[in-house]
Amino acid sequence: MSRETATSDSVADRETASDDRSDGRIDRRTLASVRRVGLYAALLGLVAFYLVPVETGLVTSFKTSEAVRTTLPFLPPGPGGATIEKWQFAFGALSNGMVNSMLFTVPSTLLCAILGSMAAYGLTLVDWRGQVAVLALFIAGIFIPYQAVIIPLTEFWSVWVELDERLAFLWALPLLEEHHATILELIVTHTAYGIPICTILFRAQYQTMSWEMIEAARLDGASLWRVYRRIVLPLSVPMFAVVFIFQFTQVWNEFLFSLTIIRSVSDPAASVTLILSGLGEALEGVDFPLRMAGAFVSALPTLIVYVLFSDQFAEGVRV
Amino acid sequence: MRDELRAVVERWRDRGTETGGDGAADGDGATKTDGGTETGGDTATDGGTETGGDTATTGEFRSERSRIRRILDRDIVQSAPFWLPPFLLMGFFVYAAIGWNFAISLTDYAGFGSIDYSELGFENYRAMLSDPAMWEATRNTFALLVGFTLVCLVVGLVLAILLDREVRFGRTFRTIYLLPMSLSFIVTAQFWMWMYNFNFGIVNQTLGAFGLGPYSWLGNPQLVLGSVIFALVWQFSGYTMVVYLAALRAIPNDQYEAAKVDGASTLRMYRRVIVPQLKPAMVSASVVLVLFALKAFDFLYAIWGYRPRRGADILATKMIREAFNKQEWAYASSIAILLFALSLAVIAPYLYQQHRQGNL
Repeated sequence: MSRETATSDSVADRETASDDRSDGRIDRRTLASVRRVGLYAALLGLVAFYLVPVETGLVTSFKTSEAVRTTLPFLPPGPGGATIEKWQFAFGALSNGMVNSMLFTVPSTLLCAILGSMAAYGLTLVDWRGQVAVLALFIAGIFIPYQAVIIPLTEFWSVWVELDERLAFLWALPLLEEHHATILELIVTHTAYGIPICTILFRAQYQTMSWEMIEAARLDGASLWRVYRRIVLPLSVPMFAVVFIFQFTQVWNEFLFSLTIIRSVSDPAASVTLILSGLGEALEGVDFPLRMAGAFVSALPTLIVYVLFSDQFAEGVRV
Repeated sequence: MRDELRAVVERWRDRGTETGGDGAADGDGATKTDGGTETGGDTATDGGTETGGDTATTGEFRSERSRIRRILDRDIVQSAPFWLPPFLLMGFFVYAAIGWNFAISLTDYAGFGSIDYSELGFENYRAMLSDPAMWEATRNTFALLVGFTLVCLVVGLVLAILLDREVRFGRTFRTIYLLPMSLSFIVTAQFWMWMYNFNFGIVNQTLGAFGLGPYSWLGNPQLVLGSVIFALVWQFSGYTMVVYLAALRAIPNDQYEAAKVDGASTLRMYRRVIVPQLKPAMVSASVVLVLFALKAFDFLYAIWGYRPRRGADILATKMIREAFNKQEWAYASSIAILLFALSLAVIAPYLYQQHRQGNL
């Protein structure tokens, strides 16, 4: 009897012990899931933080001036206060700037990528003493504040070069107009200042490339150009995507060169950022719905590119 | 492997150019090594025909030619067509322009006629020292620089650590956190002007729900710089996150496992094991952030135009205002030189350190 009770006791003991153990497991599991919930709550809270300025901008851009005052800033407008008038106006005001921005962004992005890839190839290929100095100048070129060059730059374009007069014979041709001289100046400027970052991006890839194949090709009598065209270029297609996307965004978003080279918002060559900076300003105050609509219209190309290619953009940013 | 091959190439080259006899074999060697570049091919065939003559004059002629050939064969010359044109374009617009800017800063050019370089002096720099607005701009620049960089580093680190370990939809989260970086400052300035709006902005409405405010975020000299820093952190913390994430991904998994086996808490593990390894990432991220803060201009211009609210004027905005608003070109270019010197003080040690670690 006593033995029985003893055994039953011990069974009970064992049971409670195992209960304890499973409790512990549950505890740990609940702790882990509580942690997991906390993690996702934090991540979602951060999503809200990063998206609120964009969200409030978006809903505001569809409001009438009246609705802006009567509705909460993060809520969509009621049925009476909704309008797409501001978007239409913003499109009208910015369309010319969009064309101009495209006209200088695309060529300078292409030029930058090609020149940067060539420079990186030339600098990775060789082993000579001065190489580090040249490379340091390229890297420092990324970080130089534009303020340090902006006065000579305006002096150079407006007094020394005067492209619009020098190319006067061109403006008689169809499709070409005088303000395209300014566009050309912007292409050259953006290319020159974009080369350093593009070079460094390409170099990072070329350093990890397999050199056996290239040396073998050279031993077989392939010229440097041939090696570049046949081996290096095909291998750098993914990096070209990164550079295109990153540089396109950079040039499209740039403002200081627009402000100092184009100067006037009413100039026919005015870029989209320049027009946006003066949009919706009036004596009676700022027209916020219009400004928000304008902000979205002018950010549209970069937003599309970013949503489609965020991985490439992230890679471009990292260097 | 690469070096060995290079050595082989080098040896062939030397044989091809220096030994005079045995035309055919040498010629072959030369064409092979020179890899069919124009100069290489030409001289190689020349060598083949000339050895037939074998007189003293051709010998001299040959040694002359071989010296030219050796110069042409050097890597620096062969690779120059690739890197020199981009380098010259960039060098002209960056380094020549900085030199030119320095020259302008020594004149007294103020927008009338052409620049007169005949009388140079350091007047502008002296004027800078006695300009109280300069001191204020410098102080604001440093406050922006320190506040912005530190907060960005911390926020970016938190984001990266949250996203680093087995998070579902991690890529989507990253895309959202990095989104502001793809927008231009003119655009984000519009958003934040609306956020900070005194009557209808979200910031004041939210605080109002708790019985606080309203505050004039972009009008009160005590608050403006903080407001600007907050908005810029919103835009740039995604960048620090990406830099940290890349560094975190490079840390081998077994270090996490080992810390877990040792029973270290997550917080402890990150503090003791992981974060110390992020130092290189932190250094490079802060270099970029500091340099950005030095030239942050677009954002301030989009909100206030040439003259930011008192308390938010930094060197970058003051420089542009002196030049393009007041036409004080020479004085503005001396401020530009100061900005350049400040950024050089950040870049130069960084590049030197990178060079010593062999990363260049």
